[in-house]
Amino acid sequence: MMKTEPSFFTSRLNEALGWARKYSIFQYPFVTACCGMEYMATACSHYDVDRFGAGLPRFSPRQADVLFVVGTISHKMAPVLKRIHDQMADPKWVVAFGVCTCTGGFYDNYATVMGIDTLIPVDVYIPGCPPRPEMVLDGLMKLQDKIQDQHATGKRPAFERHPLQVLKEGFET
Amino acid sequence: METTPTTRNNPAELETRDMMLNFGPAHPAMHGIVRIVTKLDGEKILEAEVEIGYLHRGFEKMAEVVDYNGVIPYTDRLNYVSPLINNMGYCMAVEKLLRISVPERCQYIRVILAEISRISDHLTCVGATAMELGAFTVFLYMIKAREYLWELVEKVTGARLTVTYCRVGGVKADLPEDFAEPCRQAFEETRKVLAESEALLTRNRIFVDRMNGTGVISAEDAISYGITGPFLRSTGADYDVRKDCPYAVYDRLPFDVPVGSRGDNMDRYLVRMEEMEQSMRIVEAALRDLPPGPVLVNPETGRPIPAAEMVDLAKEGNIPAISGGCVVAGPTLEGSGRAHRPSIAADEKRVFLPAKEDAYGNIEGLMQQFKLVMLGHGVRPPAGEVYFPVEGANGELGFYVVSDGAGNPYRVRVRPPCFAIMSALPKLLSGEMIADIIPTFGSVNMIGGELDR
Amino acid sequence: MSTFSLCTSVTDRFPDAVSASHTYRDDATVVLRPESLLEVARFLKDDPALQMNYLMDVTAVDYSAFGQAPTPGFFASSGVAVSPSSQIPDEDPWPGPPELARFTVVYHFFSTAHKHRLRLVVPVEESVAEVDSLTDLLAGANWLEREVWDMFGITFRGHPDLKRILMYEEFEGHPLRRDYPVKKRQPLIGPDN
Repeated sequence: MMKTEPSFFTSRLNEALGWARKYSIFQYPFVTACCGMEYMATACSHYDVDRFGAGLPRFSPRQADVLFVVGTISHKMAPVLKRIHDQMADPKWVVAFGVCTCTGGFYDNYATVMGIDTLIPVDVYIPGCPPRPEMVLDGLMKLQDKIQDQHATGKRPAFERHPLQVLKEGFET
Repeated sequence: METTPTTRNNPAELETRDMMLNFGPAHPAMHGIVRIVTKLDGEKILEAEVEIGYLHRGFEKMAEVVDYNGVIPYTDRLNYVSPLINNMGYCMAVEKLLRISVPERCQYIRVILAEISRISDHLTCVGATAMELGAFTVFLYMIKAREYLWELVEKVTGARLTVTYCRVGGVKADLPEDFAEPCRQAFEETRKVLAESEALLTRNRIFVDRMNGTGVISAEDAISYGITGPFLRSTGADYDVRKDCPYAVYDRLPFDVPVGSRGDNMDRYLVRMEEMEQSMRIVEAALRDLPPGPVLVNPETGRPIPAAEMVDLAKEGNIPAISGGCVVAGPTLEGSGRAHRPSIAADEKRVFLPAKEDAYGNIEGLMQQFKLVMLGHGVRPPAGEVYFPVEGANGELGFYVVSDGAGNPYRVRVRPPCFAIMSALPKLLSGEMIADIIPTFGSVNMIGGELDR
Repeated sequence: MSTFSLCTSVTDRFPDAVSASHTYRDDATVVLRPESLLEVARFLKDDPALQMNYLMDVTAVDYSAFGQAPTPGFFASSGVAVSPSSQIPDEDPWPGPPELARFTVVYHFFSTAHKHRLRLVVPVEESVAEVDSLTDLLAGANWLEREVWDMFGITFRGHPDLKRILMYEEFEGHPLRRDYPVKKRQPLIGPDN
């Protein structure tokens, strides 16, 4: 993970910036399908997402910093998603909400994108069909941890590819 | 716009151009993704073109790949705010093809849950419309009421939204013993919310000004476009599948169908509010008339066996210890045991899975389980085609099922109610102002899963 | 009107247009020749005894793979012969898909005055996949026929604007045809996921 020279003031500043960023998330809810209903349930009074500081959706990508992709992305919609993601300014994070955005769900057919991480980089995956609001809040807290730890400009640490483990001799994949 | 100094004071000679405004697929109205390309003259819409298909997920193609019971999760996600109505429609269509009838208690259970789904759909629709017009409080109140209803649905089915509760030939499990009391409490809360929302909206000057007289459609036009449901009933034509072509036990339950007169957004809002009240009335009547079902007690041996112990005994081959016993299962399996079987499933071995006690307990149950689950076997209706309509929250939801005798459906077609309404949207919008798109589109209650399938 | 008399009222009026009719599972169904679709539809709408003012649904079925479901190969490798389960028998069997045409276009009509339904089935050859459009008669047919074109490739004569509705313009092929593989993707952007 990229860190500047560990001096007392810059590391405190990074922490403060991280703290400020994680508790003032402006989300862009890219809602397409059924997960949108659970998104609404999470955002409303019962499971209140506002107490995490993420309660103000900005309906313009230029004003948002977290892109919540909620619901299945079809191939017709994919260019639109890419464009919205490109329109957002750094630092930005992406949350794949629902299993259709993580891996395509059970719509393994001609029309569906099998996971949005084939199009845009994703930070937090929240599986579920649809995920319960408690899971969404858990994912949001993981996102907040990630925001806290990131470099001040929001650059992601380099993607680590774990080597595939050899489970048994002769069965290498 | 070009002007010359001499014509600046004479508006009639100013040259104007039409503007194209694109309400792109990703837009703030939380109804899903649709694209409306409008041609504007100032604020007035000259023509609108609607482009759909952004959520096409291939439901009809997937239905050909999975077996009959495997289509039910896909039907959940059609009209995802009222999943139980879709489940029920599909299952009743296949049951019509198979020519089997489900027990009466099962029909009552289906009706109860379908009406609860309908209430949650209308709550979402009215709440979202109100939010887009600026009444955020009403949205929060209605989602609060919807949460109570979803907790109720979760008690019965195990899931809040995508329930997959109905099966071909019955439902998954019986109602829990203590269903009537939480249901009554949930309805009390919902009625309070509806009363508050009415007080906030129905005579609110801003709401009324925006909804009255906008999005008007006549009854003849609505019928010509194939529109059904609350949208049609707001124009004055009273066609409701539950009353005109009754199915399940709707003909025995007392309820009214609210019908508007002007065909504008205000009438649709009022129709939906009243329909919620009527749905609650149906559920209360159904709970009163519900035929009694067996209570989960052990009739034979007098000793309930915990499920895990029963599985272990069965694996050891210790059948005498478990045959004849009643299993006490966990919450999600509660109500689907052998004792409840007669009230939730049709008596047709070739269609419905056996109770777990039988599947583990005796050879007939095991064979029935095998014949229904293994590849190539399964529910195999005779070759044929049926069309079965139910009253969805948006209108007539019809399932056209073609079978060729195999374990997979040959063709499943969903007649989506909001498809017809969306096809009339260009006509509804032309001549209106841009600001009228919001309440009109809100009252269409476009659900992407159903529109694009 | 009972389902049987519905069928007969159409068959009597258009004896050479109707090639078959049945009431399987109490659904009145009439199989038509493609040329006479428009006049039969007009008759259904205007006749006072029928008054079918609603065109509920227009869809199509591709019968090219009918009855050809593969037998289970579950135990095939072990050599155990497993024959498929028997079908649930039918005392009143369905006549079967009409003729030998590949597609049928299916219309569902409904009458709010008399509360009866009728299904029109129009068999369509693969080589001449064209039917008359009903958009002049009933406005709802517009989008429904566009969807049939999109999913099956059947064109409608006289349709004002026949273009794709659920898939994107760059998509090639018609997805609901039986020979279109389920997982064949044509992504606009991104890898072949």
